[in-house]
Amino acid sequence: MTGLPDAAIVTQLAPPTERRRRGPGDRPLRRFVGLVVPPIALFIVLVLLVELVVVAAGIPPFVLASPSAIWDQLVQYAPQVLQATLVTGLNALIGLVIGAVIGVLLAIIASFIRAIDGMLVPIVAAVAVVPIVALAPVLYTMFGSTSEVARIIIASIAAFVPVFLNTLRGLRQVRPVHRDLMRSYAATPRQETRAVTIPSALPHFFTGLRIASSLAVISALVAEYFGGPRQGLGSAITTAAASSAYARAWAFVIGAILLGLVFFALTSLIERIASRHR
Amino acid sequence: MTTTTPATRRARRWRAVLWGVLGLVALAAVWELYKLVGPADGWLIGAREGVTGSGIRLLPRTSDQAMPHTWEMLGRAAEPVTRAPGALPLGVVVLLAALVSLGIAALGWLVGVVVGFALALLMLGFRIAERAVLPFVILSQTVPLIALAPLIRNWGSRLEFGAFSWESWMSVVIIASYLAFFPVAVGALRGLQSPEAADLDLMRSYAAGWWTTLFRLRLPASVPFLIPALRLAAANAVVGTVVAEISVGFSGGIGRLILETAVAASSDPAKPWSPILGAVLLGLVAAGFVALLAAFLSPFRRQETVA
Amino acid sequence: MSSQAPTAAPDPTPAADATEAVVARGVERIFHGAKGATVTALTGIELTVHDGEFVSLIGPSGCGKSTLLRLIADLDEPTAGDIRVFGRTARQARIDQAYGIAFQQAGLLPWRSVAANIELPLQLHGVGASARRARVAELVDLVGLADFAKHYPDQLSGGMQQRVAIARSLAESPRLLLMDEPFGALDEMTRERMQTELLRIRAETGAAVVFVTHSIPEAVYLSDRVVVMSPRPGRITDEIDVRLGEAAERGEDLREDTAFFEGVTAVREALHGPQASTAGAARGVDVR
Repeated sequence: MTGLPDAAIVTQLAPPTERRRRGPGDRPLRRFVGLVVPPIALFIVLVLLVELVVVAAGIPPFVLASPSAIWDQLVQYAPQVLQATLVTGLNALIGLVIGAVIGVLLAIIASFIRAIDGMLVPIVAAVAVVPIVALAPVLYTMFGSTSEVARIIIASIAAFVPVFLNTLRGLRQVRPVHRDLMRSYAATPRQETRAVTIPSALPHFFTGLRIASSLAVISALVAEYFGGPRQGLGSAITTAAASSAYARAWAFVIGAILLGLVFFALTSLIERIASRHR
Repeated sequence: MTTTTPATRRARRWRAVLWGVLGLVALAAVWELYKLVGPADGWLIGAREGVTGSGIRLLPRTSDQAMPHTWEMLGRAAEPVTRAPGALPLGVVVLLAALVSLGIAALGWLVGVVVGFALALLMLGFRIAERAVLPFVILSQTVPLIALAPLIRNWGSRLEFGAFSWESWMSVVIIASYLAFFPVAVGALRGLQSPEAADLDLMRSYAAGWWTTLFRLRLPASVPFLIPALRLAAANAVVGTVVAEISVGFSGGIGRLILETAVAASSDPAKPWSPILGAVLLGLVAAGFVALLAAFLSPFRRQETVA
Repeated sequence: MSSQAPTAAPDPTPAADATEAVVARGVERIFHGAKGATVTALTGIELTVHDGEFVSLIGPSGCGKSTLLRLIADLDEPTAGDIRVFGRTARQARIDQAYGIAFQQAGLLPWRSVAANIELPLQLHGVGASARRARVAELVDLVGLADFAKHYPDQLSGGMQQRVAIARSLAESPRLLLMDEPFGALDEMTRERMQTELLRIRAETGAAVVFVTHSIPEAVYLSDRVVVMSPRPGRITDEIDVRLGEAAERGEDLREDTAFFEGVTAVREALHGPQASTAGAARGVDVR
């Protein structure tokens, strides 16, 4: 059995577990406040600090634009930011869906056919550590530099890798006692798959999907640096930076950050809904 | 009932390598098969009459110009990079560029690992730091921070402190390092916080201080969490380097080579594939280095198994 | 209590076999490890379990009791010998669903509620929805978890999870129950309660039971016959008839009965040899 690498499987987004003992004042509201207030406070402090430093020390905008200027630009160019976000977001979404579907299908095939497993896993593990975006320029040549297809392909590959690796791991991790149980029921392979294998694999699939959603957004955006149509966020950022409109460039960066957060929130929500009883 | 001996494990590894090679051959076979039986003009949808460049191409053309044969790709690496006299073979140029990028990525990785680990220690020591900073660090992995790359490029030409002038490769290192930094910060913190309450109580019963506990318990316990984080950081550093080289306009590395060869692909279709293979090699070497590191740290990866 | 030598080989004719719950003849299971190392988990096993009889398998770690149970359940195949369950091969018995099984880890499916877990075998074997509902309601009452039918396994204690596992094993009213240390992970108080429950259930269903355990008192309390095994190689060394009355007659106060203690002593002596009943205990068996 080929070992599965941890690189794409590790839940790099999972925060460490809390270890302190419960104190006397630990009510849910107090805990929520304790969780949400410090990061928000830090954010506000940082924004104020940056504003102060940039204005007071007269730091040129090409190093760091002042938050107030960024906000101005964000408000002024809101329609363009939204438009660019939608373009990049759509590429990422299509790529995520394609990559996830192919990832699941191939994982299922690989769990049944050892030969496919042996051939695919080393390749996918290698793809997980190499810069897939290096394919972008050549894909633009193959698929035309006026369409989004090349970017979608890159986003699909980026999404495929974690979904495939995690789902395959999940399909292989049925507990022995459950296997014995199914055997004792003389269950057919299809019955065993429906009753035990798929439910066991589902949480792993969702972990992979969560990782894949971030990677799809990042890849869709990075692919824009290598050429192709100029309507997405990446192109907008480079254009703005090239014409020295740094605050505007930062406004688009904020659009990119929001896009990433939306994808993350949506996939986490789906994961939460599907894992209500585990 | 079966135990694995070193011999069986080695045999198993060789078999895995063999299967992987078979997979690569299968991939090449699929490519060639498509070239053989695929539609000559690919699959274009929504093209309008008389308007060139319209429509969306869903399948590439099978011509040798759009899709060179796999052996042509490999063979091109042996040929000279340009038609200029005395030009080096493409393969050599690619390897040299990959080496430069490797150095930059390694530096970025190192910086990211050090800063990430330092931040993890900070969050370990001060709960308020953890609660304020950790959410940002976690969320930062979900957002495309590489979007900042074009902004950092402009530090290059403008920043000068006396004799020290900012070179463009330094911008690349910065970008690579902040992409490498986040997984390390999260992974290191998880690892440092991983010891069970029972183990912490044990150290406490020995009157061991915070730093002693850190070196004797938390650090060794963090290794299984650190290794995947370091691997992810290495992959991120490589991607960051390749992309940043293009954004920043750094010309010595493999990023620029990828772009240049792809732009000229119509006249030299097999050329872009050598730098791509170079970038793949770069990623594999980076992962291999972390694997080597992991092998050194293997005693710390053993876990207590309950009988 | 008298201890008997292992029973003589039973009548090999199929007609006689069909009434016996389990007949094992000359069963052997050898595991092959790396580089030709072999472990003889079981050798020369001769065992008959009569219809409706409660038989415990007891012995130290490595004596093969769990392996024997798995062979009877056709979760594993013997390297030699023959096992018949109600006159059929073990494999056929499994296909015909002639037994119900309960594992040491309850093995409940965490994504199914208690009711859904119990109805799993019924679902797999094509029982209609209303019939399933009715049977599940019966079983949930039988094990005393009627209020928890809609709960999920992670909301239940260990003892409750085991009760669900037992209910599940009874779902198709099998004539044979195979149980592999089902109470092993429970604390002593819960364990004693569950033992009493099991006796009650058995009295109501009349099933034969093959019960693997580490605990001498548990074996004596529950069984009609205790089969003592020992390791290296795994084999049956003794069988002890426990004449403490029908399952329906055994109650909580049996644990304080002199006859009960005599039974425990008999099994302990069979396990360790006569001198050990006064001296220290051997490893691997619970002598409380």
